[in-house]
Amino acid sequence: MRQTWTWPWSKQTKPLPVTGAQLTHSFERRTFVLGMAQASVGLLLAGRLTWLAVAENAKYRAASESNRVNLTLIPPRRGWVIDRTGAPLAANRADFRVDLVPDRVVDADATLSTLSKLLGLTADRVSDIKDKLEKARGFQPVEVASNLDWDKFAAVSVRLPELPGVIPQRGFSRYYPTGPAVGHLVGYVGPASAQDYEKEHNPLLITPGFKIGKDGLEKHFEERLRGVPGARRVEATASGRVVRDLGTREDVPGKPIQLTIDAGLQDYAARRIGLESGSVVVMDCATGDLLAMVSMPSFDPNSFADGIGRIEWKMLSEDDHVPLRNKVLRGLYPPGSTVKPMVALSFLEAGLDPEASVGCAGGLRVGNRVFHCWNHRGHGTTNMSKGIYQSCDVYFYHFAQQIGMDKIAAMARRLGLGQEFPMPYPGQSYGTVPDPAWKRRKYGKEWAIYDTVNATIGQGYMLVNPLQQAVMASRLASGLQLTPRLLMDRHAPRAPSLGIKQEHLDIIHAAMNEVVNGRGTAGKARIPIEGVQMAGKTGTAQVVGLNIGNGKGGLWKHRDHGHFICFAPFDKPRYACAVAIEHGGGSGAAYPIARDVMTFLFDRAKAMEVLEGYEKEWGGNVQQRMAAKYNAYAAKFGASAPEAPDDTQAAEAVEADNAPAPEPTAAQTDAAPPAPEPEASPAPAETAAPAAAPTPAAVAAPAPPQPGA
Amino acid sequence: MQRAYIPDFIARQPWGVILPLSALVIFGGAVLYSAAGGHLMPWALLHVVRFVVFLGMAMVVSRIPAAWYKNAALPSYALLCVLLVLVELLGRVSGGSQRWLNLGFMQLQPSELMKPGIVLVLAWFYSVLPPSEIRTWRAIAPAVVLLGLPAGLVMLQPDLGTGLAISFGAVVIMFLAGLPLWLFITGGATVAVAAPLAFFTVLHDYQRKRVLVFLDPESDPLGSGYHITQSKIAIGSGGLFGKGFGQGSQSHLDYLPEAHTDFVFATMAEEWGMIGGFFVLIVFALVLRWGLNVALRAPDRFSRLLAAGMVTTIFFYVCINLMMVMGLAPVVGIPLPFVSHGGSSMMTNMLCIGTLMAVDRWSRPQDGVLR
Repeated sequence: MRQTWTWPWSKQTKPLPVTGAQLTHSFERRTFVLGMAQASVGLLLAGRLTWLAVAENAKYRAASESNRVNLTLIPPRRGWVIDRTGAPLAANRADFRVDLVPDRVVDADATLSTLSKLLGLTADRVSDIKDKLEKARGFQPVEVASNLDWDKFAAVSVRLPELPGVIPQRGFSRYYPTGPAVGHLVGYVGPASAQDYEKEHNPLLITPGFKIGKDGLEKHFEERLRGVPGARRVEATASGRVVRDLGTREDVPGKPIQLTIDAGLQDYAARRIGLESGSVVVMDCATGDLLAMVSMPSFDPNSFADGIGRIEWKMLSEDDHVPLRNKVLRGLYPPGSTVKPMVALSFLEAGLDPEASVGCAGGLRVGNRVFHCWNHRGHGTTNMSKGIYQSCDVYFYHFAQQIGMDKIAAMARRLGLGQEFPMPYPGQSYGTVPDPAWKRRKYGKEWAIYDTVNATIGQGYMLVNPLQQAVMASRLASGLQLTPRLLMDRHAPRAPSLGIKQEHLDIIHAAMNEVVNGRGTAGKARIPIEGVQMAGKTGTAQVVGLNIGNGKGGLWKHRDHGHFICFAPFDKPRYACAVAIEHGGGSGAAYPIARDVMTFLFDRAKAMEVLEGYEKEWGGNVQQRMAAKYNAYAAKFGASAPEAPDDTQAAEAVEADNAPAPEPTAAQTDAAPPAPEPEASPAPAETAAPAAAPTPAAVAAPAPPQPGA
Repeated sequence: MQRAYIPDFIARQPWGVILPLSALVIFGGAVLYSAAGGHLMPWALLHVVRFVVFLGMAMVVSRIPAAWYKNAALPSYALLCVLLVLVELLGRVSGGSQRWLNLGFMQLQPSELMKPGIVLVLAWFYSVLPPSEIRTWRAIAPAVVLLGLPAGLVMLQPDLGTGLAISFGAVVIMFLAGLPLWLFITGGATVAVAAPLAFFTVLHDYQRKRVLVFLDPESDPLGSGYHITQSKIAIGSGGLFGKGFGQGSQSHLDYLPEAHTDFVFATMAEEWGMIGGFFVLIVFALVLRWGLNVALRAPDRFSRLLAAGMVTTIFFYVCINLMMVMGLAPVVGIPLPFVSHGGSSMMTNMLCIGTLMAVDRWSRPQDGVLR
């Protein structure tokens, strides 16, 4: 063999010619080599087999088991949200639903067209589903329909073999019995987004039918409400066909949360706001419990649960009543005259004699500029009580200059204005209680007299949210340092006293009672119940200067905000309430609502009767009106409405809606706040106009102008 | 004594290979029976019936005299080449690649038959080449042409696995024929250098992906790596004695792809464990050892090369398939002889066995002449 082994360049050595015998010999040797090579491959394979089957057996056994056994999570039933009496604000109901898992869908268009035939989906719904399918990642399920009847559910179930990726199942879905009334209060649930899944790599999040809290309490108490998923173990093929059931573990429902809210009152208030854009907050004067916290118009959390449809989104985003903004916590308004009882209380605390009077001639010169009273004809001799019940501006202009802003601001804070309360909602706006130190810090300018003058009538820099107004009302009523409470806690310690003399409070209470039950500005707010008298205070806040509109009519956007704070019974306060109506055209829009809401607390039947009368005029209750509007939109736009945003975009849009107006815009320096519409003396429009805007340019200017400029 | 009662025809059969093979085929039938969920149809019965039929064919083939083989070598090679071209043309016409001709009763893969075909023609070529020429270019150039034509056509299809099988058989024949060793060493070195280049230029995307995934199966657990991963899970989870007949979850729940064809070994190993795997390996070892012994005993150069080439063809199937299912080679579509379901591969392998049986006959003095 050695002689056959030659190099090409060694050819010149001319080896002997190869013979057949040599070749045979070579063949035998090489065959032996071949045999050895085959044997070693055989040994290699045997070794590999042993390695896989013995050394790595445990690993692969586990892998095979995880292949074989398919664990299907059963979404846990969500904890209920119940009101103070145990009535559900958010519950669960059993339903049949159909989801799509994008990764498993083979032909999305064909599948959807079959499904839309079986389930009777509308064109806009199909477009919504297509959008979501495109955006969905992998195994993130997309809801096709829920709340199906048995026939439709069965129709889909029997055709499953030709519909890969379609998952029909029976489960529980979130149900809000009063719909829009609790939209902002409770929030809503929805399928987990890709971002949610990135934050929390929990397979439950991509289980079809599982929803997580997206807003409000549903989001804040997600952990508590969620519960523990159940599981169904099945033996399934690679394509997902179930071969055998191996057992089921029940889910553990989430824990309920009990709110201090009164579901009936909440719903009533929501309905009573009617066509207006506004908020109602009702508090218990003994405990600080929030009995109602309503912002309307709102969205229906029931229809948000399956994601926001394009028509719904168009409808909500085009509404100038900003249904997506929780006005209770995120709406900031100049409180107008509703601060006057508070200012008066600060006068009393500062030692002012309540009988000290000022002569109101319809205006007061401050520096070289005249600040008008809302009543240009003047109130004549005005003491503290009259200053409150007639809402005389001049009285407050006059004494505020004597007492000074620091004392007023301190009282405002003591009563809750500008204060942050621990509410389980993100992105609240807390407003401003201006004082000289604040102005120096914020604008680097000295406090001016006219700033005090503006602040005493709740204009200028002063901004509050409706919750703070309700707190102010309840603290004024009770003299207690009440904190708004949303979560039921029967063992909460009693609120401490504010340390305000009872005789001072009595003076204020009497004056506020006079507002409603006497010679005041809100005579129509009297509640129709024997032996229960309500005390209150009207407030009207300008939105634009009088050079743009008079605040009563014209463009909706230019109308004045209407406020009303109240409590009842006035001599033994039990409930306090604050109503804020955006662009209501004055307090006249607010106090009838407050009156009926307070009536409801004492006599439900009587209040309902009034409401039903109104709802006939308005075209049905909230749900009926929303449904009618939806149908009109659907008929008009159908599937052509622009695509609904995904969760993130929607959240951003809501955020933008909720952004409070930049603080200085409300720095109205107009000295003539619009009338709080007393029945006694309606101010003619012409008389309101002349004093209009001594400083037209200043109306929207960020910084207040010099007096008399 | 006893032998006298057994008919001569039966006594002369090489039972040393037929019995282990039959055992393997019946075992394969059992595996296919289980893979079909406990049914003889569609695979198990057909598998055994085919074996019986092709065993009969092999016995017929084994009686063909050496001269006929020699005469048929070149014409059959030419015919197969024509068929390969025909398949290629048909594929072009129907759009997309096609590997078989529909003969009505079965689908014929010419490339499959080319595996023994190339062995036959090269064995003939080296038997007619004068021994003194073995170290000249005349020993190499015709062989390269004979190999290059069908291998090129098959790779065009594109069927890398079969192309490599044909080339491997041919190269082993050249090696055994006594071509200078340096050719194989430099050839091996060239391949080592050229393979990476070919990887980026010649290979199709799907082939390149298979190789990449083979190097790292976990990189694509749901795509191409799925095959390898699931196959390893099946084999590994079988353990020493397997999960029991009919109890393989990987194959029954469709996690294992091609459970009855290319990955039948994994199906088997899941239910029969390492013991079953060793049984298969031992049967192949017996068959291949018998084949090499036939080659060593063979009377002349032609039959020696022919027998060794047939052994090599079977060996290549077994080696690549088992390496593939155990994650040692990329996924190429090569079935496991005598166990995988499939007519073409059964026919090819039984042709090889039949040829080996024929060579075995030629080497027995009393059978040297045609009866």
